[in-house]
Amino acid sequence: MPTDSLNTPRSRLRLALGPILYHWPREQVLDFYAEMLETPVDVIYLGETVCSKRRLLRPEDYWELAERIAAAGKEPVISTLALIESDGELKTLSRLCADDRFLIEANDLAALDFLDGRAFVTGHSINLYNERTLAFLVQRGLKRWVLPVELGRETTTALLRTRPAGIECELFAYGRLPLAYSARCFTAYNRNLSKDDCQFCCIDYPDGLLVSTQEGEPFLALNGIQTQSATTHNLLPALADIIELGVNLLRISPQSTHTADIIRVFADVLAGDLDPAGGTARLHEWCPSGLSDGYWTGKAGISAQFNEDRRLSPNTL
Amino acid sequence: MELVCPAGNLPMLKAAVDQGANAVYIGFRDDTNARHFAGLNFNDKQIREGLKYAHDHQVKVFVAINTYAQPNGWERWTAAVDRAADLGVDAIILADMGVLDYAAKRHPNVNLHLSVQGSATNPAAIRFMHRHFGIKRVVVPRVLSLAQVAHLIEESPVPVEIFGFGSLCVMVEGRCLLSSYACGQSPNTYGACSPAAHVEWRDTAKGQETRLGGVLLERRSHAESAGYPTICKGRYEVAGTLRHAIEEPTSLNTLDILPDILAAGVSAIKIEGRQRSTRYVSQVTKVWREAIDSCQRSPQTFRPKESWNQILSQISEGAQTTLGPYHRPWH
Repeated sequence: MPTDSLNTPRSRLRLALGPILYHWPREQVLDFYAEMLETPVDVIYLGETVCSKRRLLRPEDYWELAERIAAAGKEPVISTLALIESDGELKTLSRLCADDRFLIEANDLAALDFLDGRAFVTGHSINLYNERTLAFLVQRGLKRWVLPVELGRETTTALLRTRPAGIECELFAYGRLPLAYSARCFTAYNRNLSKDDCQFCCIDYPDGLLVSTQEGEPFLALNGIQTQSATTHNLLPALADIIELGVNLLRISPQSTHTADIIRVFADVLAGDLDPAGGTARLHEWCPSGLSDGYWTGKAGISAQFNEDRRLSPNTL
Repeated sequence: MELVCPAGNLPMLKAAVDQGANAVYIGFRDDTNARHFAGLNFNDKQIREGLKYAHDHQVKVFVAINTYAQPNGWERWTAAVDRAADLGVDAIILADMGVLDYAAKRHPNVNLHLSVQGSATNPAAIRFMHRHFGIKRVVVPRVLSLAQVAHLIEESPVPVEIFGFGSLCVMVEGRCLLSSYACGQSPNTYGACSPAAHVEWRDTAKGQETRLGGVLLERRSHAESAGYPTICKGRYEVAGTLRHAIEEPTSLNTLDILPDILAAGVSAIKIEGRQRSTRYVSQVTKVWREAIDSCQRSPQTFRPKESWNQILSQISEGAQTTLGPYHRPWH
């Protein structure tokens, strides 16, 4: 049922599209961004954040996309690799950080070294857990931070209360949660391939490779060196509260299908054209393995406090 | 090369000192350190006694305050840093940038080490932490191959410490939220992976089950032995196959590549296991002391003694040991 807009001019919550976390064919990526330009998303993060071997798009391609995004009146942000080990990775990072046309999202401490003294965003894999870390990074140039995904409402509230003026807070609001990074490529491991001869097999899993428990509960999703939650984290039901707290941006993490629909659901709920329960019901249809939100209330991330828990429960088996 | 050994309590500290550790690392009795286990760790009186014992034997004491402080507990972390500084420990091992900033400004003369939980895996990351907090050493996460470690040492502005033996974290330390995803508490927020209060062991007709926060991590036959119940060592269904999807229940042992570690210029080698027993600390320290001494005497002819590996495999978690990420094919 339509209601009044949740957003007010004083606290306008914007929608952000996170970087694509998966390895998709080049054409699919280009089509995806062409489609995203037609959606009501305000900020678009783009770049490879998971594996440096994925090179179907080069920095030049991302810069060109960023230009197009800017020309369409949206804000592009260049995202960088989350785990940096090699010289080659450092070199690419250094190139991306040297380009000052676009805002950069730092996802490894190395990026903070390169961006020290100029404007940057920290992604959810930079451990910003308290006010002192926020204040320190603001001195270094931080303009916006994405809350680490395991933190919830209580810490968000405290950080927002003391944040310096003009500094923006973004929440990971929709998507499979990036939970861990490793030297090992788990996709290759489960295909009995070595990382050095991975054959880019992650391209076969456009939303990650599902890991279920021995009683059939969807648990994790393997995405190269990244381990994600199988459930899709969804903060849509908490939207009114989030606006009230003064959060600036909500991140929607791309999935291989329905991302534009998902953005429109968030936008419609924000505009008051759709109620959160109705929106969440639609998200249920489109997410790969159920919705969760436990991190927001300080509970286990897999649990669902606001979203109806439709995971298989051991008792029902 | 320094041998840095774990001490979960005073008897463990003394055992490590007696068996030849160059340094021991300890923690306070709360969530400010990454081994926040019931009955483990030190109060001030025990630290004073431990410090005296260690210093009398020319052994250093490091205090780990290596979890991430949140606003509602911030004072616990600053108080821990103040306590460690006032007690006169040889170094404080920190991970959180806010806590590092506090320690560097409040106690400029105290040695700060960047914890493995600080997730610095490349020279630029270390440079950043060194420039702003004056860290004197970095403990690197278990993600680099030995060749990468050697290269990192060439570029790092500070000495590099690596893990040599003990439980194997498969994920980059400080960036693994698997535990809180299943049970609400992680090493970063609580100081423990799979806290005991959330672990359930159950005997069922289908086998022995291990659950974390209700999630089934493993169901095995009664004959198989159970390891520490971490998510990364569980057995799951992947594309119709039942397997250890992330890692086998195995632990790290780098004795075989000790000459290469030495040649790479590693400054200190760390033994994991503050949550283990005094016997564990005693035996591991003794073996590693002998091994390092032997290797330093003649690295070319160094071969691990059969008896060392026998002792180590008896006290290892899981049935097998691995070189882990140091050995490229593991990746």
